[in-house]
Amino acid sequence: MKEVAVIGVGMTKFGELWQKSFRDIFVEAALKAIENSGVDHIDSMYIGTMSSGLFVGQEHIGAVMADYLGVTPIPATRVESACASGGAAFRQAYFEVASGHSEIILAGGVEKMTDGADVTEALATAADQEYEVYNGITFPGLYAMIATAHMHQYKTTREQLAHVAVKNHKNGSMNPNAQFSFPVTLEQVMKSTMVADPLRLLDCSPVSDGGAAAIVCSLDYAKKLKKPYVKVIASAQASDTIALHSRESLTALKCVSIAAEKAYKQAGLKPTDINFAEVHDCFTIAEIVVTEDLGFFEKGKGGAAAENGVTSIEGKIPVNTSGGLKSKGHPVGATGIAQIIECYEQLTGNSGERQVKNAKIGLAQNMGGSGASCIIHILEAI
Amino acid sequence: MITPRYHREIPQRHRLEAGKCKQCGHISFPPRLVCPKCKSKSFETVNLSREGKILTFTIIRVGPDKFSKETPYVVAIIELSEGRSANAGVRLTAQIADCDVDKVEIGDKVKLVFRKIQDEGKSGLHCYGYKAVII
Repeated sequence: MKEVAVIGVGMTKFGELWQKSFRDIFVEAALKAIENSGVDHIDSMYIGTMSSGLFVGQEHIGAVMADYLGVTPIPATRVESACASGGAAFRQAYFEVASGHSEIILAGGVEKMTDGADVTEALATAADQEYEVYNGITFPGLYAMIATAHMHQYKTTREQLAHVAVKNHKNGSMNPNAQFSFPVTLEQVMKSTMVADPLRLLDCSPVSDGGAAAIVCSLDYAKKLKKPYVKVIASAQASDTIALHSRESLTALKCVSIAAEKAYKQAGLKPTDINFAEVHDCFTIAEIVVTEDLGFFEKGKGGAAAENGVTSIEGKIPVNTSGGLKSKGHPVGATGIAQIIECYEQLTGNSGERQVKNAKIGLAQNMGGSGASCIIHILEAI
Repeated sequence: MITPRYHREIPQRHRLEAGKCKQCGHISFPPRLVCPKCKSKSFETVNLSREGKILTFTIIRVGPDKFSKETPYVVAIIELSEGRSANAGVRLTAQIADCDVDKVEIGDKVKLVFRKIQDEGKSGLHCYGYKAVII
């Protein structure tokens, strides 16, 4: 297997991009990444998008994007793993380079969620349509049931959930690409509209448009280009039951702990070796559970860690320095790539006010559904 | 809900038919072609008991359009009394009907009842299934 690097990245601002089409959002991000990397061509591309068919009535995304990016006839493939589609696209690019089949690949992700589709219904297709959604559950509802169980089992508090939102908004307020680049107070979170008890509006990631792209190439090629690059030292993925109710534990995400174990093994690292992480905080409870299942904290201590500032930029293990899905926004298919972008920028020292001191190793954890799929990458500064 | 998709699930939704693995005894609801525990492909059909308890729940305050008349409503993960395996019962997701939404608690005993769940558009089928009531 060849060693793999990320040589350049680009993204659109995340938000309600009324003036921009689905395809233009992707092309804007892809062009930025190509320009940023300095490559003169790409050999193929993978595009993560969760539900373009429901959101904008368009499938066959590989061809649409190759056409509009002006790169036909290169191979272009759409990759889907619900909210982990971006991470899955990146992983395909990683494999294609690692295998030696291609030298330079564009891994992108895009979603256009504000064109009028029923977003709650579209997102719910990532759960068990016949045995969860049929009976009236929603996505916030699934994570709310995880939160109820976690609060019951570990005495996680409502305030601890709110601390995740406060921290991520604070980080996002320093990110020019964030959808919600403003801070929120604990009181604002605690008083926001109840969506699915105990989760309130400010516990939920927003509905977003956005695109993100990364240029993946062999380490040898990256060295020749003389541009900042980072090394991909692990790529791991795991699956779990589609229905939350089928899992043995309702307070742990097994796909996360299994993918993490594989990723740490591949990189030869322990959780304590990770300097910062971008994790899939689609809801505040998700960040708490995921940081536990990544091995950063003992089971049941994730809430206290958020409350005590352990996951803040100045903390022991900064989490979601970009603002996370919560504040940066969550254009579903783009999220996994945007996490890679934050890692790239942190590891190349380009995160400005959000910069983590001595950031050498970053982890990106992208998750689909209520934890039915998880993709983890670990990146290292050169 | 699309008619053939609804029709196909009637044995599960109306009669709670599950698949019991002939090799290891694990009960799958809905039935599957492969046992998730022992990978056997041989099953017998069993009807689930209708009694169980709430493992976790939420109150849906912002719901999909088709459930707007019921909002707010409680959805719970329920563990039924019969053993799915040595230490856990069969679990499913269902609405808790006929309750004060603010008084539902983890551990509440429930029984499953036959109810209308949703409609197929404005002029299609009424779609039925199970909800739970607290006992």
